[in-house]
Parts: sequence; C-alpha cells; structure tokens
Amino acid sequence: MNLNLTEDQQALQDTLRKFAAKEFSFAKRKALVAEQAAGAVNATGFSPLAWKQLAEIGVLALPFEEAHGGLGGSALDTMVVMEELGRGLMIEPYLGTVIVSGGLISTHGSSSQKESLLPSIGSGELLVALAHQEPGKGFDAEVLATSLKGPGDGLVISGSKAQVLYGAQSDNVLVSVNEGNGVSLFLIDSKAPGVTWHDQKMPDGTRVARLELHQVSVSESARVGGKGDAGPVLNRAFDVANAALCAEAVGIIVTMIDITSEYLKTRKQFGVTLGTFQALKHRMVDMFVWAETARSATMLANVRVASGTAEEAHWACSAAKVQVSDAARFVGQQAIQLHGGMGVTEEMVVSHYFKRLTCIVALFGNADYHLEVISSKLLAA
Amino acid sequence: MNLDFDESEVAFRAEVRDFLEKNLPADIQQKVRGHAEIGKADTVRWQQILNQRGWGASMWPKQAGGTGWNATQRYIFDEECVFAGAPAQLPFGLVMVAPVIMAFGSPEQQRTFLPKILSGEDWWCQGYSEPGSGSDLASLRTRAERDGDHYVVNGQKTWTTLAQHADWIFCLVRTSSDARQQDGISFLLINMHSPGVTVRPIIMLDGGHEINDVFFDNVRVPVTNLVGEENKGWSYAKFLLVHERTGLALVPQGKRLLAELKDIAAEAMKTDVRLRDRVARLEIELAVHEMTLLRVVSASGSKRGPGAEAAILKIRGTEIFQNIYEAILQVTGGAYVDPAVANRYFNMRKLSIFGGSNEIQKNIIAQMVLGL
Ligand SMILES: Cc1cc2nc3c(=O)[nH]c(=O)nc-3n(C[C@H](O)[C@H](O)[C@H](O)COP(=O)(O)OP(=O)(O)OC[C@H]3O[C@@H](n4cnc5c(N)ncnc54)[C@H](O)[C@@H]3O)c2cc1C
Repeated sequence: MNLNLTEDQQALQDTLRKFAAKEFSFAKRKALVAEQAAGAVNATGFSPLAWKQLAEIGVLALPFEEAHGGLGGSALDTMVVMEELGRGLMIEPYLGTVIVSGGLISTHGSSSQKESLLPSIGSGELLVALAHQEPGKGFDAEVLATSLKGPGDGLVISGSKAQVLYGAQSDNVLVSVNEGNGVSLFLIDSKAPGVTWHDQKMPDGTRVARLELHQVSVSESARVGGKGDAGPVLNRAFDVANAALCAEAVGIIVTMIDITSEYLKTRKQFGVTLGTFQALKHRMVDMFVWAETARSATMLANVRVASGTAEEAHWACSAAKVQVSDAARFVGQQAIQLHGGMGVTEEMVVSHYFKRLTCIVALFGNADYHLEVISSKLLAA
Repeated sequence: MNLDFDESEVAFRAEVRDFLEKNLPADIQQKVRGHAEIGKADTVRWQQILNQRGWGASMWPKQAGGTGWNATQRYIFDEECVFAGAPAQLPFGLVMVAPVIMAFGSPEQQRTFLPKILSGEDWWCQGYSEPGSGSDLASLRTRAERDGDHYVVNGQKTWTTLAQHADWIFCLVRTSSDARQQDGISFLLINMHSPGVTVRPIIMLDGGHEINDVFFDNVRVPVTNLVGEENKGWSYAKFLLVHERTGLALVPQGKRLLAELKDIAAEAMKTDVRLRDRVARLEIELAVHEMTLLRVVSASGSKRGPGAEAAILKIRGTEIFQNIYEAILQVTGGAYVDPAVANRYFNMRKLSIFGGSNEIQKNIIAQMVLGL
C-alpha cells in the first residue's frame, strides 16, 4: 500500500503548475473566453497555443501506449494532470479528447485505428469528441434513438446528440448508434456531409455542442469495436471521466481555499482582519476538511481505475462523485460568501472558479445520480 | 500509488488473524460483539494474552518491549482485532503516558513503569481536565508544592476515565504561578493508592460509570515521580498530542458498526429509499475517511507535520461514527426507542467532546494549516 506520488508524478505536477501560472494567467483566460463568442467563425473555444504546449510537455500522449507515441501513463498520472488543469482554471478540451475519446480508441479501437489516431491526438493535431448523450436522455443512455441504416445502399447514421464536449471544434467525432440489441461506435469526420453542429458557450467559458446527424454515410471501417458491444466500454469510459473530473474539481477546490484564506488575512472590518473571527475560521476549516475528503475520494477512484476490478472502479468513481460534488458545493458557495460583495463580481477570479466547479460536477452524472448507483447496490447485497 | 498490501503484509494479516482465532477468549468476544461492558478483569486478561505473544504494545519500539511495527502493520493489527471482536486495550498507559516516559522520563522511571504497563499489572488513568479547566487546559489549578523530597498535591481532576480501577494517574499540575500559564505546569505520576486521593463516580447519561472526579488532599508524591523537568510539563503533554496521529479515526470500529447497521436495516431498505440513501452515504463517507487514514499511514515515513492530520481524522471519524449510531437507533426502534441501543447512542456523544473537542480541533487546523 502506497499513496504517495512518485517522483515522476511530482515532477509532472511541478511542470504543469509552472506552465499554467506562466502561460495561462487569469487575464489571458478572460480575454480568450470573451474573444471567442459562441458560433464565431474559427472559434476554438480554447487556446491552440496552450494546447500545443501541453502536447510538448507530453500530457496529451500521457495515457496512450508507447507503441502509439504515448507514455503509458495510468489514471494516477492523468489525475495529476487534471488537478493542475483545475488549479490553472484551464479550458482546454483535455477531458473530452484525451481521456474520454482517446481512452475509448485505446481500449476499443482496432490496431490500425490506434495507429492512425492516437499519435495525432498525442501531438495535439487531432481533436476527437464523443457524441453519445441524446436530447432529453441521461448521459449514460442504453437505448438510443440515433439509428444506423444499411447495409443496402451503404451505412447511414441519423439522429441528434447533446452535450458534446468541444464537438464543434473537433476534427473527428465518435458517435454511438443503436444497432440490434446494443450500442455501437463509429468514428466520423466532424465536417462530413449531413453533420450540423450548434456550438454553445457554457457558463464557465468552455464549449459544448448539440449535433444533428442527417443521413451521414459511414463505411464499415469507421466502426470502433464490435457490433453492439460498446455499452460496457462506454460505462467504463464514464467512470474514467468521473475519476478525472473529480481530480479537476480537487484542483479548483484547493485553489479556492487558498484564495479565500488569503482574502481573510488581508481584508479588514471592525478594525481587524476577517480571519480573526472564529465563525469564519471554523468555516474555513470545514472547507479544508471537505477538500481533504474530496482528495481522498478522488485518490480512491483513480487508484481503483488504475488497478482495481471494473466493479471496484465503478463503485469508487460514483462514491467519489458524490463526495466531491458535496465538497464542491460547500467550498464553492462558501468561498463566494466569505468574499462578501467582491465574491459576486466578474472581476474576482474566485467567481470564475465557482462557475467552472458548478459546471463540471454536473457532467457525467450529478451527486444524486451517483448516490443511486451506490444505494441500489445495497439492495443487491 | 496503490492499495494493495504486499506479500509480507498479507502474511502478517494471516498471522494476526490466526492468533486471534486461537487466543481471543470466546466469552470476551461475545461481550464485545454484544456491546456488553468490558470490565477491568477482561481488559487485563486480554492485555496479558497479547503480551505473552509479544504483542502487548503494538505502538512501542522493540527495545522497550513493543512490537516495533510500522504504521501499516499497526493498521492491519488494529483492523483484525476489531473485526475479530477483541476488546480495546486501555490507552492511558500504553498510548498516552508510555511515550512521554520513554522520551522524557528517567531510566529509573522507564524501568519501573513500562514493564507493568505492558503486562497489564498497573492500570493508568489520565489526570488533565479540571472543573475549571477543560478546553482551556493550561489554566489548570491543581497545585504541587515542593516539600523536601516530595511534592504535596492539592486540587481536583475531573472526567477521569476509569479512575475507579486505577493504580496510577499521570497529572498535569501547577508548580509555578510566576510565568506564563503554560510555563508553570509539570508532569507528575501519582500513585492512586496514596493517602489523600479520593475517587468519586460521575454517572453518565446512559447510566454507566466510566468517568470520575479525583480529589487530591495533601497527597505526598516523591519528586522522583516528576517526569522530565519541573515546569516543562506542558511541552510533554503537547508532544503526546503530536505523537498520536491516528488515534480517534475509528475506521475499523466504524466498519464493524456499519456492517451492523446494514444488517439491521436490510429488510427496511427494500422499501425505504430514504433510509437506503442514508446508509449509502454513510458507506461512502466511511470508505473515503478510511482513504484519508491510509494516506496518513502511507505518509508516516515522511516529514510532514502530523498535528493537522490527526485533527481531521478525529473530526471526521467521530462524526461518521456518531451518525452510524444515530441511524442504528432510528432503524432499531421505530417509534419505540430501544433503551440499550439508545444508551449506546447517548454514550457516543462523548466522542466529539473528549480528546480535544471537535471545536478545539478546528482551532488547531485554523492555526496550523490555514495560518488563521
Ligand atoms: C466521557 C469523557 C471522558 C473523559 N476522559 C478524560 C480523562 O480520562 N482525562 C481527562 O483529563 N479528561 C477527560 N475528559 C475531559 C475532556 O477532555 C474535556 O471534557 C474536554 O477537554 C472539554 O472540556 P470541558 O468538558 O470542560 O468543556 P468546555 O471546555 O467547557 O467546552 C464546552 C463547549 O465549548 C466549546 N469550546 C470551548 N472552548 C472553545 C474555543 N476556544 N473555541 C470554540 N469552542 C470552544 C467546546 O468545544 C465545547 O463544545 C473526558 C471527557 C468525557 C466527556
């Protein structure tokens, strides 16, 4: 049993923290988010420069096998990356492209798909999104309306997808379709005829798109994995995504605590700094205890993803999402509260962290959803 | 980073389990499992059995007669003991006073006191709190005045756990009123059988007798029973706080209790979704809390300051434990409040009060970690 970061992981953490501080200041981020109105021509929604630099540092190839230009990293390595992206409040499409789509291709793709796609994802040249969720349905839907017709007259996909992270900015998109008794995945060109994107800017400045697929032709070679067998693979990808999201949330939570603690040490009322009031000290401690709880939960989830059984990982990822969501709500709301009026201004970075935190804990199932995952297992026992 | 125990640790666990299977007396196990009171005789008997195996003091170094185990081994040992239904060892001698005697006591004190703590021959209690000095311990007023080769002790200690059985009490006493409060306190070992010592029971809200007032009326204590230097007692007491990193995490105890809750609630959970969610939450909280404990265990070779970790573990451990008891109470009784279960619930309110109340733990974190 060992729960310490390795030297390599500490070095990675250090590099990323310095990188985010230097290249991704709050001012730059604000300009970036403001500049790129949703739907603007050529809007990337993130900084292509920062993306390239992340590729140079090696983090975009981190989880892939060495044979495909990767570094063979585990969930524990991407946990380190996600926490730093959180601290730096970075809006790059790491989760969608590298962890979710890259992960699906790594575990489910053919060797030629891996060979042709993973090195380009790792080098930052290729963005791949996952389009699975459908309007009005849960993120983990098992019965899909998106259809696959054919093979007579060729294979054709039609349907609507929602909540596609950085979909409008992607080069390729993994689309899930209903096939026979299961779900299948196809990789299509994001600009193929019949594909229409509706780009949306989220409250935290990140991009999410709706996708319309109107009789999009695909070939059999675009299939990722087997016929109708993607259900369990997607579920695993959601666990991995949640483990990563929890790490990003931890990075944000600890940063909000640092910022708020600093504020309490400088802001004066009644002739003394706010930090001298015990009610506020104890509030800060409650936030700190939540942060440590969130970190423990996140480590448990990522350790289980890295080396536990699928079932252990599923339990731990849902457990983590419940605790981290609670921590996020408490720390987020209280960090704003303890800043007083300043907390609700656009000017303060703390409000931007709050927005990001609010958005990310809603992804891939909120706390209620994941509590039900754990709770329903009590019945089976 | 991994949660896997290595081969030697797995073998160690098997060895502990095997020992417990063969050596834990069935009558004691039954009492523990049935939440019956464990008296002095049983506590001492179990200490002797452990000591015969060389496992009397899992937290002591080898040269003092302890096991010399590392943090992971201790974690495994504690867990196996709780799961097997072994009673808790008395902490006052083993965990509280012994480390202080080892670090600051004279060789003579070490020779006299440590072996009898290990064998269970001496029963120790802790004399810190006083009627006027609880959280603000440094204001304590029990006086020790020098008279030749003796100190003469006058005053009152209170909340003294299991003092009714005690042979010895380790006390913080005031030896000077000149300086800062903290600098006039000494650490004194007092024989409970000395003339002038009176113990008076305090009955708790569950009707049980586990705490006491202890009065000192001109009690003569040889100066050789002073630990370390006069007026340095406060720093020794603080050393103890820092020494004990994982004390009240209550992880294995919580696991055992949660299993009990799941058992009792199994039928009701089939229809009562709210109850099921509540149990699920407790299960999540405990698993995550265990992870926090394992982080501390895993980092115990490193140099990070331990005080704040112990504070988090105490706050979360006691909260979760109390909440499990509350759920058990609710599930067991329905409209009828089961007296035995209710008494356990009542008794467990103590957890967030003693050992430095949870509010005091928050003060510690605010100061040590957040710099507030
Ligand atoms: C069952 C039990 C067994 C015990 N066993 C022993 C023993 O064996 N030996 C021993 O020496 N002592 C023992 N104690 C005493 C225990 O350590 C004290 O009860 C504890 O330190 C609190 O002191 P107090 O009871 O005087 O409460 P007080 O200090 O009067 O506190 C009352 C309330 O005010 C809060 N409070 C106090 N100061 C602050 C502050 N600065 N900021 C915020 N909140 C504050 C406390 O948290 C608590 O909620 C035991 C207590 C109990 C309940």
